[in-house]
Amino acid sequence: MTDHDQASSAQSLWSGFLSLLRRDLRIALRERNDLVQPVLFFVVVVSLFPLSVAPDRQLLQDAGPGIIWVSALLATLLALDSMFRPDYEDGSLEQLALSPQPLSLLVLAKAAAHWLASAVPLIVVSPLLAMLMQLPGNATGVLALSLVLGTPALSLIGAVGVGLTVGIRRNGVLLSLLVLPLYVPALIFGAGAVQSVMISQDPTPHLLLLAAFSLFTLAVCPLAAAAAIRISLN
Amino acid sequence: MLNRPAPFPDENRLEATEIECLRGFQSLFRSLSLAVEAGVGLQVRGANGSGKTSLLRILCGLALAESGSVFWNGLDIRKSAAEYRAQISYLGHRPALKGELTPRENLDVLGALHGRRPDGRRIDEILEAVGIKRRHERPSRTLSAGQQQRTALARVMLSDAPLWILDEPATALDDPGIGTLRTALRGHLDRGGLVIFTSHQPLLDTGELREIRLPGTHD
Repeated sequence: MTDHDQASSAQSLWSGFLSLLRRDLRIALRERNDLVQPVLFFVVVVSLFPLSVAPDRQLLQDAGPGIIWVSALLATLLALDSMFRPDYEDGSLEQLALSPQPLSLLVLAKAAAHWLASAVPLIVVSPLLAMLMQLPGNATGVLALSLVLGTPALSLIGAVGVGLTVGIRRNGVLLSLLVLPLYVPALIFGAGAVQSVMISQDPTPHLLLLAAFSLFTLAVCPLAAAAAIRISLN
Repeated sequence: MLNRPAPFPDENRLEATEIECLRGFQSLFRSLSLAVEAGVGLQVRGANGSGKTSLLRILCGLALAESGSVFWNGLDIRKSAAEYRAQISYLGHRPALKGELTPRENLDVLGALHGRRPDGRRIDEILEAVGIKRRHERPSRTLSAGQQQRTALARVMLSDAPLWILDEPATALDDPGIGTLRTALRGHLDRGGLVIFTSHQPLLDTGELREIRLPGTHD
């Protein structure tokens, strides 16, 4: 392969990745339900807690990071199925699998679009929820940062789960059972980072572990999801 | 009118040997062999449920055969999967269009996924050739089934792949639509392309057509 061939093949990989990313974002913007539902769910679930337990500042503060992170996991889960199911149903997933481009790269584009459309809104509203749970000001920033670092792992692990279950009808419970246990490290380090800043400890180790977990899923999950999709299509 | 594109290499050849396909524990067909060369169309015939779609999916590498192999220009398609995928364009039962996007946007993305981002003028030419006009620039989900099928056909034509694998391409098309499909097929074969398709309609003249009949049929 000459340098020119290599350059043009890299360019075509990049253009396939970007086209798919843009396509999914455009669809999300036109089909706003997918964009709005997870974030509304997130807000509603978190706001149920101050209503249901005693409005005790200390209690809310203690449980706050965990509640917000668990709700973020559930909100992500809610939007997960839409990552591949519409493509599976309209035949687009077959076309992705038949593209000469590596399917893992296309899966990464779809996971990135999913993250931008469903996780970024969660991160944006997280300061509001931190206020609702009466978290101190310095915890709010760490909460948002922990979500920035941790939610990519949720989308990437989710891609594997959806890839495996997309061929099965009514896969909701199965998908949750498959994916939620794998979300546990993100939950522990994410909520842990916020809790540690609240007891005046350095949250950096938690945040670094969270970032490492996301990087690990970035390396592994696109390949695993691509293999899962090929099996589901077979 | 479309510009006349460059011909495909003469030596292109798809060959399948001793294919066996199972559905559940039941064998749909076994020891099935076929070969298609440049400029030849192969029509797969068989009754409903005889495994036509399964065969096409095996030939394009989406499904694995229970036994047997498929070769493109002598290379096993499992060993050179990415290269093979660059050579085929597959039209399945569903048109693979995103309902939220216009036909033009759909073709733009699908073209980019198949190699490089297509030139906007070429998309317009091909959409026009299949009878999707500018006034149809609205979300694909509002188009009729026939118009969606025409758009899917435009996607195949845009791909510039030598091997077309088409599953019931005439579905939902009206008479002018079938005429367009026939013209596209003939143009592709004249260019040295290969076509494998299933259809309950005659789409090619006997001179350029080969047939394979799947067992257990009364078609």
